[in-house]
Amino acid sequence: MTGFGVPVYLLPSPTAIVSAVWTDLWTVAGHTQATLLTVFAGFVLSIVTALPLAALLTLSPVARASIYPLLVLSQSIPKVALAPILVLALGTNVMPKIIITFLVAFFPLVIAAAAGLAATPRELIELGRSLQATRMKELMRIRLPFAIPFIFSGLKMAITFSVIGAVVGEFVAADRGLGYLMTSALAFFNTPLGYGAITILSLLAIVLFQTVVVLERILFPWSTRMRT
Amino acid sequence: MIRIEGVSHTYGEDEDQVIALSDVSLTIGGTEFIAIVGPSGCGKSTLLRLIAGLVPPSDGRIVLGDKVITKPTPDVGLVFQSPTLLPWANVLDNVLFPLRMLDELDQRGIDRARELLVLAGLGGFEARMPDELSGGMQQRVAICRGLVRNPAVLLMDEPFAALDALTREEMGRQLLDLWTVHPKAIVFVTHSVPEAVMLADRVVVMSARPGRIAEIIDVRLPRPRTIDMEADFEYQSCTRRIREHIFRSHALKGQPQSQAKVA
Repeated sequence: MTGFGVPVYLLPSPTAIVSAVWTDLWTVAGHTQATLLTVFAGFVLSIVTALPLAALLTLSPVARASIYPLLVLSQSIPKVALAPILVLALGTNVMPKIIITFLVAFFPLVIAAAAGLAATPRELIELGRSLQATRMKELMRIRLPFAIPFIFSGLKMAITFSVIGAVVGEFVAADRGLGYLMTSALAFFNTPLGYGAITILSLLAIVLFQTVVVLERILFPWSTRMRT
Repeated sequence: MIRIEGVSHTYGEDEDQVIALSDVSLTIGGTEFIAIVGPSGCGKSTLLRLIAGLVPPSDGRIVLGDKVITKPTPDVGLVFQSPTLLPWANVLDNVLFPLRMLDELDQRGIDRARELLVLAGLGGFEARMPDELSGGMQQRVAICRGLVRNPAVLLMDEPFAALDALTREEMGRQLLDLWTVHPKAIVFVTHSVPEAVMLADRVVVMSARPGRIAEIIDVRLPRPRTIDMEADFEYQSCTRRIREHIFRSHALKGQPQSQAKVA
């Protein structure tokens, strides 16, 4: 079956892609679930690491001077290159995938959250100090809410990066997930299914991104208004 | 009552030292309205921060009531040039912010906040969000926030500088109305000589480098103040004396007058 003389193993038609996914629907669903799990685990790990780290960077100049260069260094290492090493160390289970996802996703979140925590107007910090606020109270009651718009910008980047990170992990070593489905399908010249995996990945990224957008709108409507 | 006794303040270390304030003494009455004018860099804002205890004096001391101020004190109300309201809290919660921070929120505080908002012409706006308000309204919320704990003194750092001229006049009148209902010491930093004369009992004129008090001018205009008083001889002579002071000190230092940010 060819259209315009393009062989199907090079560029399958949309109907071929849909029918390939439809035929293997349950398999595809299982792989999607595996990828989603990796994405979520990596994303959550990024959040619980990035936010305290950003707070530390904001509150302590010493921590800022010592940790910031390490953060930048951690980003200069290509994660794709790191993946095989992690597999070697941790085995071909779900852990290396989650860690790669985390490594890709947490950096933009730390940077955005730290920028947000430092963006509080000086006057408001002074007002807080005159109201006897401790550093912790200042952080939780003034700086953190002020950083919400920034944090959500970071979360939007982090969730998209999480999908990329998960797929990179699945490329290198996995027996499950959409990244694995894609490489294995292409290896057997099942191009339509490979394309199907890519399409589902894109849809996944879009849906997850929009979920973060909607969450911000529901939980912090003022934050959305502040950005416009 | 606030007593500022021989207060100096220097920034920086060794040769980079900048004298922001030099030997400033001033006694402010319990319900007195003091305006501070002076060129940029004369230490006006530093003086406010010193009274609030946000920066310690290098020399001298400041006594609020019977307490020497050594650290940030919640017994002063702060109002800044920008309203700096909390964007996530509605108008009422913004006014209640100081009470929440000090864990002293009670029904009396809420009643007082509502009363202040009504006095400031913001009755019915309690549930609005800051970004729904005009700049003038936001600043009125900030003033209510500054007054909600009924502090002994309200410190205002160029509070109307970001507003347009008409709103500014209106805000001045409303501030005087509020002050009549809740009399207290107000220290009001401004760049506007007419504003200073229209509002204050005494205008403290400061000079720059180092910041010190050049002159203190009594404004003997009756209260309540009205717009018509701008035609009075007393108003004219006060504004003229203040301007002469500011421009003379600049001329002496060989600076072009245009550099003096004085309206």
